Amino acid sequence: MSLTAKDKAAVKAFWGKVSGKAEDIGTDALSRMLVVYPQTKTYFSHWKDLSPGSAPVRKHGKTVMSGVADAVSKIDDLNAGLLNLSELHAFTLRVDPANFKILAHNILVVLSIMFPEDFSPEVHVAMDKFLAALARALSEKYR
Amino acid sequence: MVEWSDFERATIQDIFSKMEYEVVGPAALSRCLVVYPWTQRYFGNFGNLYNAAAIIANPMVAKHGTTILHGLDRAVKNMDDIKATYAELSVLHSEKLHVDPDNFKLLSDCLTIVVAAKLGKAFTGDVQAAFQKFLAVVVSSLGMQYH
Repeated sequence: MSLTAKDKAAVKAFWGKVSGKAEDIGTDALSRMLVVYPQTKTYFSHWKDLSPGSAPVRKHGKTVMSGVADAVSKIDDLNAGLLNLSELHAFTLRVDPANFKILAHNILVVLSIMFPEDFSPEVHVAMDKFLAALARALSEKYR
Repeated sequence: MVEWSDFERATIQDIFSKMEYEVVGPAALSRCLVVYPWTQRYFGNFGNLYNAAAIIANPMVAKHGTTILHGLDRAVKNMDDIKATYAELSVLHSEKLHVDPDNFKLLSDCLTIVVAAKLGKAFTGDVQAAFQKFLAVVVSSLGMQYH
């Protein structure tokens, strides 16, 4: 299920429209994830405040979305482009890859809420495929 | 038996009392057929599913989407025993329709995304959690009679 030229074009076009709100998207997606999938809180026991929209959540949401933005720019070779991030997630963070799917779902929910007119089924499938490809690239170095 | 908080019960009742079945149902099913194209395998007699535009415009998809969404009504009215409520539907999906139960989750994710777009800011994290919990119970119940 690799990204077609059509998918890449759709992702880049949509990202162009939404990237201005990247921090809000990241904050909301992460906030939702921590509420709807409480098991994900286990990765953030070092934060003082895990409540929706809190300072650590906002900061981390921004970090995550910078990674997504970077991935958009490297969409033609995610594995090579995200090598460092993959090593980080594999050796340091050791986030179970199942959680990438969970965060991706919440990003899609937020995109649907914030951009209901633009988040058509065709954009949805392209973004879903892109986030899945991103997750695969992040899992590259796990084993 | 599933435990529901007062908030969860109220949230589910509220969402479905305001549900525009003829908009949300078709939107959710057509989105599922576009985003997860292998689900089209169950709709061979629905005519033109050739591309996203065709799927979205297809009247059989729209009609079936509405039917499926109304199928949730019984669960909304019987939140304390969804498993029993859907025993017969589970047998139907297994024995007659031969639907892979993994597909139920795919449709439920699309429904979540459509409802999120409709409710906008009102679809808070807590509302999302309640809605997804409800759908998870429905999905589990529909898979219960497969053997």
